[in-house]
Amino acid sequence: MTLDRATRLMGRYLLLLFIACIFVFPIIFMIMSSFKPDLQLLQDTSSVRALLPVGDLSLDNYREAFDRAPIGLFIFNSVFITATTLLLSLFLASIAAFAFVFIDWRGKSVVLALVVATYILPFETVAVPLLLLVNNLPWLSAEGITWGWLNSYQVQIIPWIVRALEIFLFVQYFKDLPRDLVEAARVDGATWFQVYRRVVMPLSGPVIATVAILKFLEMYNNQFLWPIMVVQAEDYRPIMVGLQYFFQLNTAWGEIMAYLTIITVPVLIFYLVLQRAFIASIASTGVKG
Amino acid sequence: MTRKTFGAVLAATTILAGAVSAQTEVSLWYHGAGNDVEAALINQIIDDFNASQSDYTVVIESFPQESYNDSVEAAALAGNLPCILDVDGPVMPRWAWAGYLQPLPIDAASIETFLPGTKGIWNGTLYSVGLWDAAVALYARQSTLDELGLRTPTLDSPWSQAEFMAALDAAKASGNFDYALDLGMAWKGEWFPYAFSPFLQSFGGDMIDRSTYTSAEGVLNGDAAIAFGEWWQSLFAEGYAPGNSQDGADRDSGFIDGRYAFQWNGNWAAVATMNGGVDDLVFLPAPDFGNGPVIGGASWQFGVSATCDAPEGAAAWIAHAIQDKYLAAFSDGIGLIPSTPSAAALTENYAEGGKLEVFFGLSEAQALVRPVTPGYPVIAKVFEKALADIADGADVADTLDAAVDEIDADIEANNGYGN
Amino acid sequence: MANSLTRQNRAGWLMAGPAFALIVVFLILPFFMAVAFSFTNQRLVSPNPTEFVGTRNYERLFGIATLTLEAERDETGAVVMRDGAPVYPRLRGFTRDQERYPQYFRKREWFSFERAGNRRTYVLASDVVFLKAVRNTVLFVLVVAPVQAGLALGLAMLINRRIAGINVFRAIYFMPVVISMVVVAMLWRFIYDGNDGILNNLLGAMSFGAMPPVDWLGNPWTALPAIMAMSIWQGVGFHMIIWLSGLQTIPASLYEAAEIEGASRWQTFRYVTWPGLRNTAILIMIIITMQAFTLYPQIAVMTQGGPLDSTQSVVFQMVERGYGKQDIAGGSTISVFLFLFVLSISLLQGWLTRQRP
Repeated sequence: MTLDRATRLMGRYLLLLFIACIFVFPIIFMIMSSFKPDLQLLQDTSSVRALLPVGDLSLDNYREAFDRAPIGLFIFNSVFITATTLLLSLFLASIAAFAFVFIDWRGKSVVLALVVATYILPFETVAVPLLLLVNNLPWLSAEGITWGWLNSYQVQIIPWIVRALEIFLFVQYFKDLPRDLVEAARVDGATWFQVYRRVVMPLSGPVIATVAILKFLEMYNNQFLWPIMVVQAEDYRPIMVGLQYFFQLNTAWGEIMAYLTIITVPVLIFYLVLQRAFIASIASTGVKG
Repeated sequence: MTRKTFGAVLAATTILAGAVSAQTEVSLWYHGAGNDVEAALINQIIDDFNASQSDYTVVIESFPQESYNDSVEAAALAGNLPCILDVDGPVMPRWAWAGYLQPLPIDAASIETFLPGTKGIWNGTLYSVGLWDAAVALYARQSTLDELGLRTPTLDSPWSQAEFMAALDAAKASGNFDYALDLGMAWKGEWFPYAFSPFLQSFGGDMIDRSTYTSAEGVLNGDAAIAFGEWWQSLFAEGYAPGNSQDGADRDSGFIDGRYAFQWNGNWAAVATMNGGVDDLVFLPAPDFGNGPVIGGASWQFGVSATCDAPEGAAAWIAHAIQDKYLAAFSDGIGLIPSTPSAAALTENYAEGGKLEVFFGLSEAQALVRPVTPGYPVIAKVFEKALADIADGADVADTLDAAVDEIDADIEANNGYGN
Repeated sequence: MANSLTRQNRAGWLMAGPAFALIVVFLILPFFMAVAFSFTNQRLVSPNPTEFVGTRNYERLFGIATLTLEAERDETGAVVMRDGAPVYPRLRGFTRDQERYPQYFRKREWFSFERAGNRRTYVLASDVVFLKAVRNTVLFVLVVAPVQAGLALGLAMLINRRIAGINVFRAIYFMPVVISMVVVAMLWRFIYDGNDGILNNLLGAMSFGAMPPVDWLGNPWTALPAIMAMSIWQGVGFHMIIWLSGLQTIPASLYEAAEIEGASRWQTFRYVTWPGLRNTAILIMIIITMQAFTLYPQIAVMTQGGPLDSTQSVVFQMVERGYGKQDIAGGSTISVFLFLFVLSISLLQGWLTRQRP
């Protein structure tokens, strides 16, 4: 009986381990390859050496990758764009959700319906007309009013700030908060904004984490099509577009692996450190349904 | 509503800051981001120019080649073009037609000696000029030719289709190679029309009817084109050449490692191939498939944008850049053909007896520019897809018909592109 | 009372207004622009004026005609056979003759089927590539949604045990989710490489060399399945976690009751677990479907729609046309189609999963 249990437990661990290998081996392959010269990298794919730190290991690929592209600048751009979008998103989505849940105002149901409807409007479907649109928008800068947003940070930030999903997540969360707290604060003479800031937001840690993490993944990882269309100046380019620097006539796979590692490993570390928060966040999107 | 662009505003502020410097800033866009050698060369030209006079400062912005054209289109939409534009030869007519470029404000006499492929002329007007041309040849090892008992083709007497196929058969039969021929299918994009449309032209077809530039009917799907398509398909179906899924790294190293017997490649790869240890490298001219041997002509060139505030500055820079010493430097650096004979004499590889001198002859004798029409970018994409599909086994006539329909529909939707 | 109501109106609009305005300007307005462009000849770059062209763009996308041909016969009237099949006249004779067959002009075979009496019916379409893209996208959704949801549920049940180290496994299974699809697609090109790819080497080693290498991304039969498998690999951890949270809402007492009743594993799953996951299942199917419809980066990085259009997707075609070929009107027409398509799928899903009384 106990032997049977032990065997079954062992079997379960073996299965868990086998599946873990499937998920982890491309990542190990990437990291290991980034230290190998091109030729060895390609030869190693034919054996388990692909996953091992063997052979002629060096940081040459990294050195060459940094020579080839201003990687530091790209990382800064991506982090800046991601962080700004994320903060604005948290603020605007939560305050809108607050208005949807706690305040009665004329037009609310129509506005809410429109917002929810945009959930099934993938960004990709509007990318082409949006290109023409952002090209005709004004911007106030030190030089006065200028027209056209191409080649800028704002073109990569503002269109991405609010999505239906974020408002929806906040709305779901706020609905479960005790309304008495809000009403009590109103009776005490607090303004709506004070209620939002002092009463509701301090209770909203979990949903803030959820939105932040989802937004982070969207902004850091998936900014590919849009920047290609709207950003020409190197100064504003994000990391995913920087990948193109490595597909010139000579394909240096070692450098590509180094670049992929540079842009992926920080996220992985971030994830592993905050793993519980990540997983709890995703889980919380599911609880409500 | 005044529509100012960032560029103009930036330029304006630079002028306002004139207390510090009275120089006018001239912006330049270049396609070579990610290529150190090219960056060093172009930066040298700019530094020399900036140091040589005090009226203008040229400032460069580099782009990855893959997205360069997209970047320019997007910037043009925003009225945000730089002063000096780097433009790929066949794309130039589109940019001229769309109003991005102004006629090149330099004296035509100053480029009289330039190779034809380096002068961007559309509708009789010069819009751009290049520091180099490129040429394609069939790379081979002399030892391979000897072992397989093959005649060495020459410009005067290139291989016929039968001889070419016999050579591939011999290479295949020898069993020494993974593939007899490497066409470079790993290089997606402009490589396809640039490198492969000359085969079609040698068969007697073309990508568009060049007498009218309004239709591809009958030339891209006529009998000659179908014969080309059948031949093209057989290269892959019968295992002569690696197909669409070839990896870029195999393209780079396969010939050098001796896994491919012949390689259809540009002269820019010649230096790297020789340095890679191929001592007896020979460059064979394109085979003649019936209508004479053909290779593609025209490479990257410089033009001046229509919105440039300081065209004289831009022209001054271009005039500075097309000096022989720079043409020679570019040629030595990346192996391209210098635009003038006098520059060629200064180079390591294209001077009398130089290792790549043969390319000069190839370019002169065989080069045909790609269709000179604003519709070219769409033609190029359609052509690329058709060749990829045929290589994958699609029905030749149906695929070419579909390509013709798409090209013709695009021309109609653009009111004939002014033709 | 009226005063207080007004104040609420102002507060509501002030607080919800900015987010709403952003959604209007950056999603809703461009969508209506797409609708408008789809009836014009708008190009990205053109000195020509934009003109209203009616439904021409839609006709180009959806133009379909059928043509039934008789098999060719020789002088004696016998059907000409080649390779055991009757020979039919080439379609080019019909599709390239605008004078005589305007209805077939510039159309191409989409598919065809044999009919009685040595006849064959051809379905011709103006834009076969687009229709293939639609088919591939639907296929992608139909395969990926259930398989990914099923695997994710399996994983969730596997890790829904309190045994030592389970958190480590959970973290590893989720890891691909935090990696960019662009990066993932680059890495998987090595796995799928036709010559010395990791997958081929693995299969070769497992079969002791008996299994010949497959050019996974270069073969029209394997390219789309290969992309599906990779997409599932990348996304399954996300849905695993959602299932897991659903599983954890099922009270342990129900499982204990099942054990006391002597229920088998399958019975426990069927009568305890599954009913408790109904809402989670609906949510997961909606999320996966929405994600699968916007299939793009994998295609852009790995196959560019090839080989032989076997991996064309609707979004890839939209970008290729609207941006690559600078045909804003054509790309916008596909946008409108994609929206209507996603909308109808959502409505269908909503109807299928409606709460029955």
